[in-house]
Amino acid sequence: MSSARVAERVLEVRTSPHAHNAMSVEKIMRNVVFALLPISAYAVWMFGISAFFLLVTTTLASLATESAACRMSGKRSSIGDYSAVITGLLLGLTLPPGLPLWMGALGAFIAVGPGKMVFGGLGFNVFNPALVGRAFLQAAFPVAITAYTPAKALGRFTEFIPSSLAWPFMKAAPVTEWMARVRVDGFTGATPLMLRKFDHIQTDPWSMFLGERAGSTGETAALLIFVCGLYLIIRKFMDWRVPAAMLLSAIAVAEAFHLADAARYPGPLFVLLSGGLVLGAMFMATDPVGSPVTPRGMWIYGILMGAMTVLIRFLGGLAEGVMYAILLGNAFSPLIDNLTQPKTYGERRKAVAK
Amino acid sequence: MTETKPSVINAENTPFINGLWRQNPVFVMVLGMCPTLAITNSVRNAVSMGLATTFVMAVSYGMISAIRNLIPKQVRIATFIAIIACAVTVVDFLVKAISIPIYLALGAYIPLIVSNCLTLERAEAYACKQPVVKSMLDGLGMGLGFAFALTCLGIVREVLGAGTFLGFHLFGPHFEPLVLFLLPPGGFIALAILLLAFAYRKERQLKKAEAQS
Repeated sequence: MSSARVAERVLEVRTSPHAHNAMSVEKIMRNVVFALLPISAYAVWMFGISAFFLLVTTTLASLATESAACRMSGKRSSIGDYSAVITGLLLGLTLPPGLPLWMGALGAFIAVGPGKMVFGGLGFNVFNPALVGRAFLQAAFPVAITAYTPAKALGRFTEFIPSSLAWPFMKAAPVTEWMARVRVDGFTGATPLMLRKFDHIQTDPWSMFLGERAGSTGETAALLIFVCGLYLIIRKFMDWRVPAAMLLSAIAVAEAFHLADAARYPGPLFVLLSGGLVLGAMFMATDPVGSPVTPRGMWIYGILMGAMTVLIRFLGGLAEGVMYAILLGNAFSPLIDNLTQPKTYGERRKAVAK
Repeated sequence: MTETKPSVINAENTPFINGLWRQNPVFVMVLGMCPTLAITNSVRNAVSMGLATTFVMAVSYGMISAIRNLIPKQVRIATFIAIIACAVTVVDFLVKAISIPIYLALGAYIPLIVSNCLTLERAEAYACKQPVVKSMLDGLGMGLGFAFALTCLGIVREVLGAGTFLGFHLFGPHFEPLVLFLLPPGGFIALAILLLAFAYRKERQLKKAEAQS
């Protein structure tokens, strides 16, 4: 104790810059939450109260998990830094709106518990927690997580999608009867990506642009997501290089495929609007914990993820590839960081990586 | 009150209990992970794999121990492998004779008992230095400990992944199984949960012992 008091009195010598702006983890995170709110609101407008309660459930479950994990490890509760709110919201936004709420809560528990707190909390996790939760749900419930419901269903603000309200650990009620009742223009229960891959049907680009299509709760409104991400970039809460690299490389790879065989592979516009690419590029790939810190590294990281997304979509067995592409990018980012260390001025030999 | 500290009991004097619990091959030594992760997606497979390994270890360690003074030191590993391979061949035919479905389910993992690091480790560490009965007891204990661990893992994975136990449905027709636990990643997750539980228990015991002394 006494040594700490002595240390306080020692004259502190600091190098410039002396003026700081008050950028803190908490402030950045709070602004990310602000940027996610319009997307969440639009998702609720599109998918109704099922989407609302799904988002609330995932957010509350991740807050509860974070708080419980802090108490178990005897640390001060870290729910005030908003990172658990972001994880919960992002997880909810990547799930299908009709997913049973208990699955959403389980996913949030996995995301924050084994996905983040086991590593030591915010800043120590290897992978994006929200995507860890989603990957778990995808592996655990392959049927429920691909059961999509139409946007703008009738009566979406007064009644739940029947599958939402399943008992914990029990199967969801079938949605076929409900879908027949609220049917909007011959809906088949598939996202544009699934329609293209498995049924060879193209979706109208305009409806995709407005987000009036089936899909994960928050991935449908590409333009809105883009604008919200832009807000964060302009206020310098995240680096523009990662989303730029990811989107551009996805466009380039898709264009190359399209030029090679236009009948089999759709163009870049479809690739941008049809799935979770924009949401992933703007809000999940840019997670400062899982991405490289060097500017060159960010470009490599983004290009890797964009290309992987398109490759999985076009050549893989899955309809959507954003999640695995970003998790793969997270896994690569320490390596990328290591390879792209800048040289110190005056350094002669190549630095040995630590 | 009698105090039994783990360190007081000599591991060499109680080979059976040692293998079954105190140095459990999976939960304490973390050996033989390949069958542990690959074959435990149902209780039936886990139990049969554990028993097959137990048989191999008990029989081959008896043989190894019996000729331990005749084996030249330079070729001892090859000799162990040859003896273990004999026992594995016997088990291979035995399982085939008892149940074809189990034989098909275990597939390549029965021949692979030869290359299980657990079997070789105990031969090298114990059977080639100890008398016959003790070696067989060690093999039996280690094997049953392995079977116990595999069964634990099999129960967790089958109950969560399919909602069944030995094929009986536990939770009724509406249960939504976590298919993940039947897949390879589920094996890793379930094993991690069990290892965590054992590590937690061990730590608490140590703390209790410290507080008492």
